[in-house]
Amino acid sequence: MEEYDVIVIGGGPAGLAAAISAKENGAQVLIIEREERAGGMLKQCIHDGFGLQRFGERLAGPEYVERFIDRAAELGIDVMCSTFVTRAEKSDKGFAVTVVNRDGLKTLAAKSLVLATGCRERSAKQVFIHGTRPAGVFTAGTAQHYTNRLGVMPTKKCVILGSGDIGLIMARRLTLEGAEVLGVYEINPTPSGLTRNIHQCLTDYDIPLHLSHTVTRVFGKDRLEAVEVCAVDESLKPIPETAERIECDALIVSVGLIPENELAESMGVELDSHTKGPVCDGQLMTSVPGIFSCGNALHVNDLVDYVSASGEEAGKNAALYAVRERRSVDIHIGDEFMYLVPQRLDLNADNSRLSFYFRSSSVLGKSVLRLKVDGAEVWKRGYPFLRPPEMQQLVLDMTKFGITDASDVRFEIEVAE
Amino acid sequence: MKEFSCISCPRGCLLHVEEENGGFTVTGNSCPRGREFAISEMTAPKRTICSVVKTVFADAPVLPVRVSADIPKEMIFDVMGEINSVTLTERIGRGDIVIENVLGLGVDVISTSDLLKQNIYALTEG
Repeated sequence: MEEYDVIVIGGGPAGLAAAISAKENGAQVLIIEREERAGGMLKQCIHDGFGLQRFGERLAGPEYVERFIDRAAELGIDVMCSTFVTRAEKSDKGFAVTVVNRDGLKTLAAKSLVLATGCRERSAKQVFIHGTRPAGVFTAGTAQHYTNRLGVMPTKKCVILGSGDIGLIMARRLTLEGAEVLGVYEINPTPSGLTRNIHQCLTDYDIPLHLSHTVTRVFGKDRLEAVEVCAVDESLKPIPETAERIECDALIVSVGLIPENELAESMGVELDSHTKGPVCDGQLMTSVPGIFSCGNALHVNDLVDYVSASGEEAGKNAALYAVRERRSVDIHIGDEFMYLVPQRLDLNADNSRLSFYFRSSSVLGKSVLRLKVDGAEVWKRGYPFLRPPEMQQLVLDMTKFGITDASDVRFEIEVAE
Repeated sequence: MKEFSCISCPRGCLLHVEEENGGFTVTGNSCPRGREFAISEMTAPKRTICSVVKTVFADAPVLPVRVSADIPKEMIFDVMGEINSVTLTERIGRGDIVIENVLGLGVDVISTSDLLKQNIYALTEG
């Protein structure tokens, strides 16, 4: 049986960063990638703006990820492409990973695993759109694959549902290629994508954004002919009297991303109902010792720079992994949080430079983030505003707050006015 | 006064620009890039464009490209026209020039991927 120190599942930006950092920390590493090529989603994210934090440059998606691919190649990291993991389980050596590819079925061994399986797009069926099932209903990622990888236009005249970043980016992309984007419809009263994408993808091209509106029905037998849009009330329920029929040949759906954790679940990894990713400690180890999580499988990030950073953290810790006792303390959060990662501290680990990532649950004005240990404030930071689409990062030395096994550790956000 | 959001970074600051005596007063920015963007937006707005060009290769029918520096906003669709008139017959690499000095703007259209260079992504065979 082929044996590795670390097997990384997924060869996107998170998996590549994890593998590079594991290798740099002395591990024998293998990346398993189900597509023909490494690079993940960034292969089709041809727009620029990647790597501003990490490289101080505005790179296109392929430029960003190929820097990591080049580095992986330089380090001689094995990448098994066109290979699918069918099963992973605990074994005497650590883990047994069963894969299938054109050579057939085989089982590989690893001392630790990094799950860098990314996320999936929520589909039209998951947002309860009624009607027939014609061709022409795409997720934004599928439309992006057609346009940017296959060079085929999926539409001439379309409606976009959801104001997620990929939807906004596709509104611009399709417009540049000569399609007519009739409008972006968002069920929530605030946009779900980054503000700058509203400006440079919609405003620049006079594409209307209809907040508090949704698509309620699709029409057409073989190909989509029209959609029905409705305004929604405060509880996000469509108001039937406002229904309007819009002729179009495609509906592009950008209604959210969900971390992919089927494999994690099959191994008994505990998931967080808010992030839909694994509950991790500061070293990004999941509830199952030896299994690490990073990137969009851990929680959906809005910047790839953070994805790479979490990959590096998970990869390094997977390489240095040795069976040991953990002393876990849960980190609690107040209602103003959508989520906070990591959700736990291992007091036996080095917590002197821990990265936290969080999102607020709603748009908040001037706010103060406080860390409280047993009810007493030990740290705080002010924010001019907090918005759910914009993830926040903090790096804290968690060793200086006197946290013990019995401590109640809690982050709270207090809105100033 | 004009108000718009900055696109220089993901922070997306809301910029306020006041024009007086031929100069501009910018507020709402959190860094010098915001001020720069606000003034350029008021005088000569510029954008980057990213797209793909056709190739003759079956394994990669299109190759991602971008402009090497920002171009005037009003030239976007003209440059797109130039990009869409190209069919690549050579397996060029990342950073290589696809169109030199496009429409005389002093900017090149460059490849953003090594996609056509085999085995760059597929490091080892399955």
